[in-house]
Amino acid sequence: MPTSKNAFEFEYAPAPEARSVVDIRPSYGLFIDGEFVDGRGRSFKTISPSTEEVLAEVAEADEADVDAAVKAARRAYTRVWSRMSGAERSKYLFRIARIIQERAREFAVLESIDNGKPIRESRDIDVPLAAAHFFYYAGWADKLEYAGLGPTPQPLGVAGQVIPWNFPLLMLAWKIAPALACGNTVVLKPAETTPLTALLFAEVCQQADLPPGVVNILTGAGETGRAIVAHPDVDKVAFTGSTEVGRAIARTVAGSTKSVTLELGGKAANIVFDDAPIDQAVEGIVDGIFFNQGHVCCAGSRLLAQESVAEELLSRLKRRMATLRIGDPLDKNTDVGAINSAEQLAKIRELSDIGEAEGAGRWSPACELPSHGFWFPPTIFTGVTQAHRIAREEIFGPVLSVLTFRTPKEAVEKANNTPFGLSAGIWSDKGSRVLWMASQLRAGVVWSNTFNKFDPASPFGGYKESGYGREGGRHGLAAYLSNGAH
Amino acid sequence: MSTRLDVRKTWKLYIGGQFPRSESGRSYVVNDAKGAFLANASQASRKDARDAVKAARAAFSGWSGRTAYNRGQVVYRIAEVLEGRREQFEAELRSAEGISASKARTYVDAAVDRLVWYAGWADKIAQVTGSANAVAGPYFNHSAPEPTGVVAIVAPRGPLLGLVSVVAPVIVTGNTCVVIASEPHPLTAITLGEVMATSDLPGGVVNVLTGSVAEIAPWLASHMDVNGLDLTGVGDPELARSLEEAAAENLKRVRRPGLEDLLVGPGLDRMTRFLETKTVWHPMGL
Repeated sequence: MPTSKNAFEFEYAPAPEARSVVDIRPSYGLFIDGEFVDGRGRSFKTISPSTEEVLAEVAEADEADVDAAVKAARRAYTRVWSRMSGAERSKYLFRIARIIQERAREFAVLESIDNGKPIRESRDIDVPLAAAHFFYYAGWADKLEYAGLGPTPQPLGVAGQVIPWNFPLLMLAWKIAPALACGNTVVLKPAETTPLTALLFAEVCQQADLPPGVVNILTGAGETGRAIVAHPDVDKVAFTGSTEVGRAIARTVAGSTKSVTLELGGKAANIVFDDAPIDQAVEGIVDGIFFNQGHVCCAGSRLLAQESVAEELLSRLKRRMATLRIGDPLDKNTDVGAINSAEQLAKIRELSDIGEAEGAGRWSPACELPSHGFWFPPTIFTGVTQAHRIAREEIFGPVLSVLTFRTPKEAVEKANNTPFGLSAGIWSDKGSRVLWMASQLRAGVVWSNTFNKFDPASPFGGYKESGYGREGGRHGLAAYLSNGAH
Repeated sequence: MSTRLDVRKTWKLYIGGQFPRSESGRSYVVNDAKGAFLANASQASRKDARDAVKAARAAFSGWSGRTAYNRGQVVYRIAEVLEGRREQFEAELRSAEGISASKARTYVDAAVDRLVWYAGWADKIAQVTGSANAVAGPYFNHSAPEPTGVVAIVAPRGPLLGLVSVVAPVIVTGNTCVVIASEPHPLTAITLGEVMATSDLPGGVVNVLTGSVAEIAPWLASHMDVNGLDLTGVGDPELARSLEEAAAENLKRVRRPGLEDLLVGPGLDRMTRFLETKTVWHPMGL
């Protein structure tokens, strides 16, 4: 039995969630017009990032597949979905929400296997929030005229949706639930490295007897995504992912009539004042950057600590980090799982090495990483300046850059000194200061004395180069409706 | 016997609350509706566009930091001052566009009324577009609109009503802007600048450029310190496409070309297009 590495670490026996609850098929086709069909093009493998085990062979949709899916979506839109009453659409969405809840354990295990995230998170956050999102938007489907978006809001048509690998099922829910509630049909592409829960969701659509073509799932990589975005019969593009791809999408749709929402990168400041409840702040910092291995666009990746409290904050943070358990995503005691892919691991390593080379101080708790799979220890960099690349670029991994400030104004300046504007955190016991800070931060979501909280009723989305449009809440409907008065 | 010679006005730009000539020293001929010489207008350059963005950025924090009530009062003041100078505007519209006296009156009426309409929105738009969000947990959670930042606007034809219809909704919510006036009818835009300059509107909140849209707009569309782009007045679809493409570099919020009937009351779209939604969370507990 390994000995405890420090006085704060408990011993844990392995507590793996049973994998037998999921049935991964050796290969998967595309979900078009209500059926699984073989792709016309190539296929690719999806692997478990924690073991590098090949999980399944998945079809890579080509242009002809995309065209078939868009045609199916258009047919379903014209003939069925846009004509159906909101009340009936609503009931389909409630059904889907319920089936996700019924099959929650299956979704959670599959998500952790394919994505590498800890089962504690997939079970308690990703899957319940995905179900909640369908439940929330189900209720909107027959109330759209009360949404304040005009007296007779109309659906846009066929929505092309491309989602990332960090919250595969949850991002699917964020995209599909509002689109369907508003009367649109969808063609959705899950990320290349995490296709399995989207394919399981296709089964949910079948179980719900959702009319064929209302939801089409196309697996693939960048080429497939580009074909969906560029397809002339797609009316609406919704994308979550990197700012670089977001820019390319904005260029592609220029001059067309397509409407677009983009949820892109971030480099959020998590600002801790000297009057903050310090243990809560430490938990918030840990949640902010190590939740989901830091694969979170709104991650609190820049810690701004007020100088007078920085030293104590850092020592408590390090002590807390030493208790984080890294390892098997299916183990219920795991806090930090596997990095999603070899490619992402290489990027995190590269930027961390640059951080060191540029003179920042690197620290990770002593921890043994598994010998197979993709792993990166929770890491902090101290002595970071605003010019350092690790303070400017999105690392999208469990890497925190620590900067300090003296006055609230300096904190605001440093927090806003980024082309991104997705989220920010404030820790202080003083209400007036919290509200003033919240008003000054140029970010779409501000968490005060908390971090990384999500809810279907709460609008989410960025300022500046973090994209445009909102997902969640009444605001999320605007992305999928036309008020007929452009 | 001597007849008095008119004192003609030099038509300049309106940048940062001042009326400079184009730094390029260029001007272009503006004709009246019958094709006769009316005046030389300043022909703004890339440098003028950049100066205007700088002025708009400098004004943003102060203007967006004003209370909504105060912004509403300033926009209302623009309407008051415009009303007081209506005869000058009617005369300008008639000579520039060759329209009848009654038509000119209609446009000035509509422009004044539009300013009044938007002025009233200043302290109401947050109530209409914001929300209290019932999240599943012990959190206070609300969403409210905030201005996008610096917005570049290509104004449509309609020297007065066109300009007012695109500028008022952008600034009343706290944005600042750089607007390229209608190319064939730029003079009234500068006269409106004089109205704004005497209406307690802080310098830099509205900056007016006159000149070639095809020349100036690309600099604004690609400017990294511009956050929004309103292409309402861009007639050439190919130019509109390339401007939208350039705007993608820093993910500007783009309003595509397309003009509603200006005499019909607008909806909220011209305001909401250049608003961001900020959601704030705070735990509740003892």
